[in-house]
Amino acid sequence: MEKFTTLNSRAIPLQIENVDTDQIIPARFLKATDRKGFGDNVFRDWRYHKDGTVNTDFVLNDSRYTGSILVAGDNFGCGSSREHAAWAITDYGFKVVVSSFFADIFKGNALNNGLLPVQVSKEFLRDLFQQIESNPQTELEVNLEKQTISVKDLDLSEDFEIDTYKKTCMINGYDDIDYLVNNKEQIEAFEAQKIY
Amino acid sequence: MSKKTLFDKVWDSHVVSSIENGPQILYIDKHLIHEVTSPQAFNELEERGIPVFRPNQILATADHNTPTLNQDQPVRDALSRQQLEQLSKNCEKNNITLYELGHKYNGIVHVMAPELGVTQPGLTMVCGDSHTSTHGAFGAIAFGIGTSQVAQVFASQCLLLTKPKSLRVTVNGKLKNGVLPKDVILYIISKLGTNSGTGYFCEYAGNVFEEMSMEGRMTVCNMSIEMGARGGMIAPDETTFEYVKGREFAPKGEDFEKKVAYWKTLPTDEGAQFDKEYHFDAEDIEPMITYGTNPGMGIKISENIPVDENPSFKKSLAYMNFEAGESLINKPINFVFIGSCTNSRIEDFRVAAEFIKGKKKADNVTAWLVPGSKQVEAQIIEEGLKTVFDEAGFELRQPGCSACLAMNDDKIPQGEYCVSTSNRNFEGRQGQGSRTILASPLVAAATAVEGKIIDITKHLN
Repeated sequence: MEKFTTLNSRAIPLQIENVDTDQIIPARFLKATDRKGFGDNVFRDWRYHKDGTVNTDFVLNDSRYTGSILVAGDNFGCGSSREHAAWAITDYGFKVVVSSFFADIFKGNALNNGLLPVQVSKEFLRDLFQQIESNPQTELEVNLEKQTISVKDLDLSEDFEIDTYKKTCMINGYDDIDYLVNNKEQIEAFEAQKIY
Repeated sequence: MSKKTLFDKVWDSHVVSSIENGPQILYIDKHLIHEVTSPQAFNELEERGIPVFRPNQILATADHNTPTLNQDQPVRDALSRQQLEQLSKNCEKNNITLYELGHKYNGIVHVMAPELGVTQPGLTMVCGDSHTSTHGAFGAIAFGIGTSQVAQVFASQCLLLTKPKSLRVTVNGKLKNGVLPKDVILYIISKLGTNSGTGYFCEYAGNVFEEMSMEGRMTVCNMSIEMGARGGMIAPDETTFEYVKGREFAPKGEDFEKKVAYWKTLPTDEGAQFDKEYHFDAEDIEPMITYGTNPGMGIKISENIPVDENPSFKKSLAYMNFEAGESLINKPINFVFIGSCTNSRIEDFRVAAEFIKGKKKADNVTAWLVPGSKQVEAQIIEEGLKTVFDEAGFELRQPGCSACLAMNDDKIPQGEYCVSTSNRNFEGRQGQGSRTILASPLVAAATAVEGKIIDITKHLN
């Protein structure tokens, strides 16, 4: 897993609530057996019309916006457990997703893939959308060490929470398998004395 | 001793150890896998040279990406075929039991595991599928995981998790005629919204769930994830024990009795505290239907679509081509799907057959009936339900996830409405541009017969 400490980037505003994993990566693209290439089809049915032409109304096709931070509406990533959603978002080039609320499974999948979910207040999210839309050049700074997200050159900043263990993993690029495999003896001891 | 919830009891008995200020190592008893979310996990282990730790605690089936016609013939779609072949190879290489396409035990993972007695009270179960919450109907802790976690369970039979908070939804009273378990859960989600359960594990309590069959309880727990809850649970009782008894992988004889004695200790202690509680009256629930693009957008079939100025709400109605304030009664419907891990068990087909018997499917309707497993399929034939369906013009297909997520060829065409017994009405879920209306098997059967949505409450005694 890639290490994550600080990111300075512009952001893409996706002002839609309840973005589900079927929108992030439709089921028909889940037939691949490796983790690569899903970025081509991220938000496929919003990015393209059914005839394959580009939907210029969709924010990812709006040339004013760019960057590796996706700012999205409330309850991002609800629905299916497909980790392909996290793979598609990272493969497209995003490193951070900001929202006022994340679905559980998506959040876990993101953290397991070095994609940082930054949960902010509804007010901060609203201000962020306003700021980015009024000035698409707006740069954000996400500092994992300090657990802050701020708009550069403006007095707009908020702290965010992250599990201490997961923070250490993200900063050092560790994943859970390393930890679990190193604890095998303990797991075997547990198996030997299971009460149920 | 402190008072514990059902969830506490099962969780606490599976904690291997706790990391200070961090997650716990939770032991997983059963790991179910399928073709779509497992290949990358097998690859990862292979790349890192880590063996599968407990292959005999893993069970595999092919379901998400399988055809529902001509299962005896090679799968036509090359990518789907490769994915299925990959699963077979991976299972063979790692000594994992696989019920592949055509096997007498093949089926949707959340239908076949319970019917084989793999699902039991007090267990921890995971699968790379969010509807793993289904198994909570037995008083098990069961939840969906991502592929990285599938790899973790392969490697260690454990997961690193922070204990979720607890939520209890109590429904007491007498359900009205025509109100099915699906209506109960759609009603709950319509009241609580799609993220009220996020961060929680939900216990369903009250006489409504106590009186439900195991099939009904599975339908309810299945949709826990649609209100954001990682899992749902119902206390094990005589109905549970009776269901498990005698099944292929259920404990037998004295062993079974011992297990039952343990299972009886699992229900929530009187006075145990939940982080959040909700109460509903059974009498307030009516047959439900959804009108939008998330499962929380549900109304009683007799109600009108609400009016809301929220842009995401409006976007959703625009996608569905519905107007705020209108009724869905008499909307013409051309597609009906009865199936999915929510409603593809024998009881669901019995309900549908009882309504359909002696009637005919409307000419404008394509009606697919997709059993949840080979065993359900066999039972449909054995009980004579297939004859009812055939005579009425419904098409009984072979088992699989089918049009619930439309990974295979079972897709609803662009712009068409489908009244579906599945669990998600997301944009394009059943095929690009398709419009899903979630409902019970009874409402779905009635829609297929009438060719339009009807107020089912007026058609019942």
